[in-house]
Amino acid sequence: MTRRIDRRSALKFGLAGLGAAMAVPVAARAEARPTPRATGDLGLIIERAVGRVRIVETTGRTVLHTIEGLGDLSHASAVFSRDERFAYVFGRDGGLTQVDMLEGRIVNRVVQGGNSIGGAISQDGRLVAVSNYKPGGVKIFDADTLALVADIPAAYEGSTEQSKTVGLVDAPEQKFVFSLYDAGETWLVDMSDPAKPAVTKFKGIGKLPYDGLITGDGRHYVAGLFGEDGLAMLDLWAPENGVKRILGGYGKGDKPLPVYKMPHLEGWAEADGKLFLPAVGRHEILAVERGSWREVGRVKAHSQPVFVMARPDGRHLWVNYAHPDNDTIEVIDVKTLSVVKTLKPGPAVLHMEFTPRGEHVWVSVRDLDMVLVYDTRTFEVLARLPMDKPSGIFFTARAHRTGL
Amino acid sequence: MFDWSRTSPPLLTLAALLIAPAAFAAGDPPEERQKVLLYRLIQDCGSCHGMTLKGGLGPALLPETLKDKADESLTDIILNGIEGTPMPPWAFETSASEAAWLVRVLKKGAVHDATH
Ligand code: HEC
Repeated sequence: MTRRIDRRSALKFGLAGLGAAMAVPVAARAEARPTPRATGDLGLIIERAVGRVRIVETTGRTVLHTIEGLGDLSHASAVFSRDERFAYVFGRDGGLTQVDMLEGRIVNRVVQGGNSIGGAISQDGRLVAVSNYKPGGVKIFDADTLALVADIPAAYEGSTEQSKTVGLVDAPEQKFVFSLYDAGETWLVDMSDPAKPAVTKFKGIGKLPYDGLITGDGRHYVAGLFGEDGLAMLDLWAPENGVKRILGGYGKGDKPLPVYKMPHLEGWAEADGKLFLPAVGRHEILAVERGSWREVGRVKAHSQPVFVMARPDGRHLWVNYAHPDNDTIEVIDVKTLSVVKTLKPGPAVLHMEFTPRGEHVWVSVRDLDMVLVYDTRTFEVLARLPMDKPSGIFFTARAHRTGL
Repeated sequence: MFDWSRTSPPLLTLAALLIAPAAFAAGDPPEERQKVLLYRLIQDCGSCHGMTLKGGLGPALLPETLKDKADESLTDIILNGIEGTPMPPWAFETSASEAAWLVRVLKKGAVHDATH
């Protein structure tokens, strides 16, 4: 790349005439104008213990920028602007930070709540919503300025405190959906008029919803329940039908096993007409048919699944596990519902992110202080990138996917 | 299975910084074990209680939030969990005296101070 710039500046040097006095500023200007770069192969990796993020590129598999000063990033996540230029990082301390992926710097940062858990970006990319554990509720910000646009406190019957909010996702037609952990409700927020958020509340969805997902087409919202066997599903094409219980009693009355890390539904997998979900308190992955919402299979897993992620083509699921079995990834063939590969990347595998077409997967291994890049066909390790306690990995292709 | 908790050197780097405030006294776990317990407290308890223990899905585990609660009942919660909630039992990898030590560390705010 440098050679190309050199040649171009040499050319300009020549064109600028032979006067040395004139040639110097022209050459300098050419030097300062590097080849433009696109953002389609960029990503952001959270270094949870040091409040730092790394900007990486997945073509040469290198780190481009290291950005400090993002606060408490335990349990942090990120969404992207629709031009894939900016990331919005949601930190544990309520920090919302806008990061420039190209310039590798913080553009904007607000501390919006006491204790936040995640966020979403609206369909049109103009609003960023953050869900809070403390004081509870959801706040919505202008994506350009991070100015507060709407505050939606999660007040509920029978409590003077607000509920923790979980499972916040964006939905078509400028909506957001989230659930209330303490109240057992799902709320649908229409932000068509940012000055007047229209909230529809669905009550009694089940006990302790702990996370939620929305299908790739933005039609079905599913909340996982901790306090009950089953999940709660809302069809956004027919919200008047309310929230329905699906996979009720999947534990068949057995006493649940302890859960050492809560499963995440953000990494839910849809493949072969089925949705694959981590059971909670069972060492199983549940397969449910979309449409009928009947259970159509389950896979015995190594331990409590945390992320169940479909390779983008849908053929394989990559699954990681909770403490103390978190040194393992299992790869499951969707066609046969059987484990085809067991990997031991190292202690505390926290997250996995596929490149947009799924040829590689990046895996964060916290206690190895390393991110590993695997070839998803050969399972060969292609690269090792040293990082400090890496956790979430987020690639810019998420910008164009509902719910991510 | 390979026991990473005992062998991985990076695992101990952060915990090593935290060891000082948790003064060694009679009945405390051996120093090496304290490092493992503190690392787990920050990283794994931290996944629900926050890495700074200021709360997450689970409540804050800070001196001011714990001060009115009996040591014995907090120790019991760590060992046996709270049924019907996400708080899991840790007895499978924590002894009663280790859990009691964790409660003392939490109530002193020793972990919290050291992370700042
Ligand atoms: C999977 C999530 C999760 C993990 C991991 C977890 N906890 Fe908890 N913990 C909770 C929740 C949720 C509660 C509150 C339960 C309730 O009463 O509703 C809780 C409650 C507690 C309490 C009682 C606090 C109080 O004020 O009464 C203590 C003490 C505690 N946890 C310690 C620990 C320790 C120590 C660890 C790690 C060894 C740990 N927890 C790991 C979820 C978790």
